[in-house]
Amino acid sequence: MSIQSCVTIINEWDIVAARQLGRNVAKELGFGTVDQARITTAISELARNIYLYAGKGQICIDKLNDAGKAGLRIHAADNGPGINDIRQVMEDGFSTSGGLGAGLPGVKRLMDDFHIESETGSGTQIKATKWLR
Amino acid sequence: MEIINRVIANYIQEHKQEILKEWIQTTKETADDRVLRVVSDEVFTSTSSEFIDLIITNIKGLKEDYNNKLTDFAEKVVRLGWPLTFVTRGLHTFGQIVFHRMEESGTVNRDNQMDMVHQFDEWITPMNNEIVSIYSATWEKTVSLQKIALQELSAPLIPVFEKISVMPLVGTIDTERAKQIMENLLNGAVKHNAEVVLIDITGVPVVDTMVAHHIIQAAEAVRLIGAKCMLVGIRPEIAQTIVNLGINLNQFTTKSTLQKGIEAALELTSRKIIKVEGAM
Ligand SMILES: Nc1ncnc2c1ncn2[C@@H]1O[C@H](COP(=O)(O)OP(=O)(O)OP(=O)(O)O)[C@@H](O)[C@H]1O
Ligand SMILES: [Mg+2]
Repeated sequence: MSIQSCVTIINEWDIVAARQLGRNVAKELGFGTVDQARITTAISELARNIYLYAGKGQICIDKLNDAGKAGLRIHAADNGPGINDIRQVMEDGFSTSGGLGAGLPGVKRLMDDFHIESETGSGTQIKATKWLR
Repeated sequence: MEIINRVIANYIQEHKQEILKEWIQTTKETADDRVLRVVSDEVFTSTSSEFIDLIITNIKGLKEDYNNKLTDFAEKVVRLGWPLTFVTRGLHTFGQIVFHRMEESGTVNRDNQMDMVHQFDEWITPMNNEIVSIYSATWEKTVSLQKIALQELSAPLIPVFEKISVMPLVGTIDTERAKQIMENLLNGAVKHNAEVVLIDITGVPVVDTMVAHHIIQAAEAVRLIGAKCMLVGIRPEIAQTIVNLGINLNQFTTKSTLQKGIEAALELTSRKIIKVEGAM
């Protein structure tokens, strides 16, 4: 079972809207302050990547309920240029924009499950889940 | 044509008080709370009267006078926070009241009715368009002024002691603001002769890689001009996410609170705060 709501990312302020949505859902589900901060930071990273590298995309927040286990899943989707070498972008410090290159590996550490799919020329899909314990 | 227009103008001028009264009453009955709640009865009446005066000036054909009045009026309305629909509906109501009264008094009759309707339309439509355009221009001006005001507030550097300055950051940091932080930090540090600059992030809701990167760059620049940068106000949950992101803040002195930061900054500049014995 899952309930979903989404924010379209086109400009910088949409990143703030996506974060706000995530924080509200996280609060609703009963996540503590530290996990709330982890979730909003992860959303911020994924939304900013969409804004910077794909130009346009979507962040959806799903409430999960899997056999009594509750969780929050961030789903970031875009139809941008895609990622050539996934292993490379998951390395700490790799950046094509002069950034810290800490975004994607950071999201993986901030969340419990992390799944990335990307195809050059057709876009990127990232799903990251945090479970409530 | 010309004559009929003057007929309308004369009628309105002669019956100004009654029209105004009826207009205020009708408007009060139909206006939503939002409009009435924000102003007192007195302000409502005087602004309404001004609105009717404006319409009369327009009818009289005093172009320059009218334009000035319209700008003043639009500014006042924006300041009062009245919605645009309130003003355009008000104009519409005004037209209806006048037409209705002129019909009742026989000034508008079966012979000239078609002409009168046409005249009314010719008179009201351009006024409506002008009001909308001035109103939105005034809004745009207000918004851009607020933007500037917000920018000035966005990253202030405050000298708190000799050689020590603090930059308290509150709210979301976007690219524009990140630029301002860097600029103000460098200019301010030079201007105030700061040896230690404290950046307080207590009020920053999310510290992601972008924010961290900008802060690191700002700190490096501060070091290049010979000062030291300290990061304070790091809430526990923010400390955790920074660690998770794998961001290295080793080059910074970090403190959990601004107070601890100030104490450390005083120590760095060979000073400390002491309690004076024997006072009171
Ligand atoms: N949605 C995306 N579409 C295309 N390329 C992407 C996308 N997301 C990330 N990338 C690529 O992966 C690289 C690494 O991303 P990551 O978020 O880890 O670091 P970064 O954005 O470069 O810097 P930062 O530390 O500020 O996040 C990016 O530089 C970019 O080339
Ligand atoms: Mg990134």
